[in-house]
Amino acid sequence: MPETALSIKEAVRELTLGEAVREALAEEMRRDPRVFILGEDVAEAGTAFKVLGGLVTEFGPDRVLDTPISEAGFTGIGVGAGMTGMRPVVDIMFGDFAGLIMDQMANQAAKIHYMSGWKCKCSMVLRTTLGATRRSAAQHAQSLHAWFCHIPGLKVVMPSTPYDAKGLLKSAIRDDNPVVFYEDKMMYKLKGPVPEEEYTLPLGVADVKRTGDDVTIIATSSMVQVALGAAKLLEEHGVSAEVVDPRTLWPLDEKTLIDSARKTSRVIVVDEGYGRYGVTAELAAMIQENAFFDLEAPVKRMGAMHVPIPFSPPLEDATVPTERSVCEAALVLCGK
Amino acid sequence: MSGSAIDTKLLLHMYRRMVMIRLFEEQVNDLYTRALMPGLAHLYIGEEAIAVGVCEALRADDYITSTHRGHGHCLAKGAAIDRMFAELLGKEAGYCKGKGGSMHIADPDTGNLGANAIVAGSAGIATGAAFSAKRLGNGRVAVCFFGEGALGQGVVYEVMNMAALWKLPVIYVCENNMYNEYTHFSETAAGDIMARGPAFGVHSETVDGQDVRAVYTVTKRLVERARSGEGPAFLMVPTYRFMGHHVGDISREYYRPKQEEQTWKTERDPIKLFTDVLLTEKLADRASLDQIQSEVKAEIDKAVQFAMAAPYPSPDKVEQDVYA
Repeated sequence: MPETALSIKEAVRELTLGEAVREALAEEMRRDPRVFILGEDVAEAGTAFKVLGGLVTEFGPDRVLDTPISEAGFTGIGVGAGMTGMRPVVDIMFGDFAGLIMDQMANQAAKIHYMSGWKCKCSMVLRTTLGATRRSAAQHAQSLHAWFCHIPGLKVVMPSTPYDAKGLLKSAIRDDNPVVFYEDKMMYKLKGPVPEEEYTLPLGVADVKRTGDDVTIIATSSMVQVALGAAKLLEEHGVSAEVVDPRTLWPLDEKTLIDSARKTSRVIVVDEGYGRYGVTAELAAMIQENAFFDLEAPVKRMGAMHVPIPFSPPLEDATVPTERSVCEAALVLCGK
Repeated sequence: MSGSAIDTKLLLHMYRRMVMIRLFEEQVNDLYTRALMPGLAHLYIGEEAIAVGVCEALRADDYITSTHRGHGHCLAKGAAIDRMFAELLGKEAGYCKGKGGSMHIADPDTGNLGANAIVAGSAGIATGAAFSAKRLGNGRVAVCFFGEGALGQGVVYEVMNMAALWKLPVIYVCENNMYNEYTHFSETAAGDIMARGPAFGVHSETVDGQDVRAVYTVTKRLVERARSGEGPAFLMVPTYRFMGHHVGDISREYYRPKQEEQTWKTERDPIKLFTDVLLTEKLADRASLDQIQSEVKAEIDKAVQFAMAAPYPSPDKVEQDVYA
């Protein structure tokens, strides 16, 4: 896939991440009449983030359904619809509402295929958001994707570019499993090349966003952009950083991550979720289990600070990794 | 209201199904007390008329979702007893290849989207199945079975609200056996529980859960109503759990008096009541009912033998089927 990723830089068209998500949904809804959208303010409002604008005009209110504010209820309806021949895309406005839907996802959607001895399956996508620094405080700023990664039976997708978002969302919709698809709220306006022609990206294939020799930065979602910024800063210090984006946390392309760790021998894992028992812990453990003897230094983890996300801007900004903090960590790791 | 119009052949079929559930559950209890069955089971004895009356009013391709006390629903919707026993014993030949057990039997071939060990856990699934039926235009109806304990779960009201808003063909069947595990429902449900459905504009009725003909007749009407696009319904079905919350719940005096159990068992046993009806109305004679009993008994014995002899899944299957 890296070849494709490079070739798309030649694409003449740029879309924002929000537009890419919208285009993926529109294409899949045109392709398959079973695909429909369910959530709060998804129709005329086009979601609180204005990502789905216009879809209700094209597909009508039977396929773009505004729901009551009943996250558990409409997620449950999505699970049931996904078990009986439809392909729902459930919209959970803020990832912080995961607590409201956890039984539907963890006990129902995730388990039905296994518990039923594969006779039932649940084809659904749960689109939701993560990411801090929007000044929304502790109940609208968390990155709780690790909760879903912890549950067997779920897949978790974390796109970092418009190109990846579109290709991965299309695959998620066609997948026969429950897939949780995370969009960083701060990335909806991020622009990037997206080809006009149709494409999909497979779940479970990482992407090397930047090649380098001295240190590997494994980053997810918006932290990929932070890592790329850090890599530029590191250039000025004569450090060549490789940025690897797993793109999906499950399935996980362990090989690409391990190969990069072996190549550079120094690894930083950056993810906006909480570090404690989180994604960075899992990825760091995986790297050390598989590339220990190739490493020159312990794997460094960077995530959200272990505090409820505070409201006040200087406080909130202190909780998440930045280009500068990632750069500094890399310099320490490289002994500079 | 007990439909004299119901065909005798169907009545005898319902009798057979009720007997099958009763004998199945007695056999489960026996396997448990002989330590031959892993885990626990929640027996449906005393409530047979509900599963049978409701499921006989459904089409083969209509959906049901069930509960932790789900054996009766699965059997009434058409599950095979040998594969049921095999699942309860954790065998490869079971409905879920041994991966689900007593509380998770699913059989989409008979429209059973799964028993569920979370109280009210299937309310969303049943409503979503009704959503699919409406969108796909296949005319199916979904029945969501749950106990009165589920009335304490908010998700039930969330999905009832949406089912009413979107006129979904779903019927919420509340089997009120009066005990949320070990607590009488009068301690857990405030106000008039029959006012809850109408508050959402959901058509609501009550029917005696010990009278299979009445359950069938009312359900038939609600199913036709749902199928013709008139929207969801809520059916309250008072009944009684003759046994404990689960097979191991044998000392029950601390939460309900023995006399109460005795009264229900002697005066309100749905199979006895139905037997009386069949005999009194001369729809069957004692010999033919006895014959049904012995035929079912033989089927059960054969199914248990099958399940006991069936192999366990190989441990290397443990990681199979996590993803489709």
